Amino acid sequence: MCGIAGLIHRGKSSKVGFELQGMLQALKHRGEDSTGYALYGDTEGKNFIMRVKVGENVGEGSSSIAEDVSVYDERKKIVESYLSEMGAKIVKEERILPYSLRYEVQYDKKDLLEFSQKIESIPGVEILSMGKSLEVIKDLGNAKMVCDRYNLDKVIGTHAIGHARMATESGVDIKSAHPFWGYPFSDVSVVHNGQLTNYWNNRRALENKGMRFMSECDSELIAVYIAEKMRDGASLEEGMKESLTGLDGVFTYFVATKDSLGMAKDTMAAKPLVLYESDDLVAMGSEEIAIRSILPQEIDTYDPFDGEVKVWQI
Amino acid sequence: MANLKNTEKKTKSQAMGMHTEVLTGRTQQKFFNPDEAENFYYFGTYDVDFNKRTDLDVKDMTAAEANKKIDGLMSEGYGTIVIKNPQGKHSLGVGILNKLNLIFEGSLGYFGMGSCDGPIVRINGRVGWSCAENLMAGKVVIEKNAGSCFGAAIRGGDLICKGSVGARTGIDMKGGTIIIGGDAGAFTGFMMQRGRIIILGDVGINLGDSMYDGTIFVGGEVGSYGSDAVDAELTKSDQDWLKRKLKVAEIGENFDVSKMKKIVAGKKLWNYDNLEPTEKKGAI
Repeated sequence: MCGIAGLIHRGKSSKVGFELQGMLQALKHRGEDSTGYALYGDTEGKNFIMRVKVGENVGEGSSSIAEDVSVYDERKKIVESYLSEMGAKIVKEERILPYSLRYEVQYDKKDLLEFSQKIESIPGVEILSMGKSLEVIKDLGNAKMVCDRYNLDKVIGTHAIGHARMATESGVDIKSAHPFWGYPFSDVSVVHNGQLTNYWNNRRALENKGMRFMSECDSELIAVYIAEKMRDGASLEEGMKESLTGLDGVFTYFVATKDSLGMAKDTMAAKPLVLYESDDLVAMGSEEIAIRSILPQEIDTYDPFDGEVKVWQI
Repeated sequence: MANLKNTEKKTKSQAMGMHTEVLTGRTQQKFFNPDEAENFYYFGTYDVDFNKRTDLDVKDMTAAEANKKIDGLMSEGYGTIVIKNPQGKHSLGVGILNKLNLIFEGSLGYFGMGSCDGPIVRINGRVGWSCAENLMAGKVVIEKNAGSCFGAAIRGGDLICKGSVGARTGIDMKGGTIIIGGDAGAFTGFMMQRGRIIILGDVGINLGDSMYDGTIFVGGEVGSYGSDAVDAELTKSDQDWLKRKLKVAEIGENFDVSKMKKIVAGKKLWNYDNLEPTEKKGAI
């Protein structure tokens, strides 16, 4: 069934990694095959942060095939050589886990399509996120496990979205875990709860337009769908509103950009969402207990209605 | 074929292929002897005194622990229980089968007050999905908003939300009354079979979709009507009933009920077999 959570602080920064961990952990009964975070740093840096995986987590019920760490090493070398070829200068490099890399790169070109295609032409390599404030971290296990593994509780930022996943129609692996990066747009991420029934029709149409899919998870379609609308000049809100008719099935999803956070609910209102909104904070999740993890005091919350789209700015 | 005329009772039943068990003694008395008053009570119900009041802080309890504690307090005769810090926990207050004044100082998560029969409940907060599902009797009042599937499959009692509710309110309801002070989402009254829903605000799309029976009253705008939901005349007795019900619910004071819409089942879907083929198309 999956659980989603998101929050945005308006006019200030906070420990969004810690807060989102609490929200997602409260939803762990909705699925703990994998958990993902899309965290937005409080200030836009000069350089891009690229989160990339060169392999899969093969433990903890993973559906992936085990590979030797030397394979990851080899892929890492190719990634770095390609970065150099494209004129991207590595400012800082971290290898958090054998298969998980974080690069801070100086890259002057704005079009990330060619850049991403080059990096992802390496078999087994996927860019999880690319942005100046966005970092997508996702792995197998519940929110606490992933948070501890990647030291996310100290991350300061303005907004964040996350996902606790119960794998149903695709594998238990990082590539099928949410959030999905809105490839090839920097700083766009998506999480989704529900099922899309026109996935393949939309996927074929979007692939013909040059968009890329990395998994067979239906939720990835939302990220690609919105990205394609934005590529054609639509605003985030316009793209989300179009998705209410363009996407078929049941869904509640969140999209975040470097300075905004949006939610959309399908016209059947078949997937839950509880929302809290104040002047300085918006928090939302599949269940109220997610919001209660950061706001234990009595607050006013509500369920958005069917076909509702909302977008908030930092 | 066996000769049933000339056989004994027992062998006759065996010959007919029926079981031979004879219900005697307590088994029969328990269900059919009205003199045994105690048999009219559910197992696990208690005599409580409404004037005997206590607080229960459930902040550090699981839902199961909290519900067990409520049950324990009722067994001690407490008739008024105030629950502190529910903090959106799921499944609180479920399965209460006797009279009780229950007050929640805060919000509930999913399935709050499910499968209850008799308590009077006030929730000074919000409730999540499927609040008071299967309510048989009693009264549940929510001071703020409610999630989807509010009052799903209720059989009786009054369910009142002073704020707005999500989608599929009163889905499959078979009796009782649901009163909404604010707006309601899509598919309100979906497949309802009996009972009444009152909404003072607006309603989303597909109102009363596939309803079999029952009545929906709407004070605001309707997004769209569902299949087989039709308008009906709002009678004087309807208006009197609405005024009385809103007064008891302490909601919608001075609301002009004469302008409300009344929606009922067209009764074409459930009477499908009696329709001509052309009428079937119309019903769909």
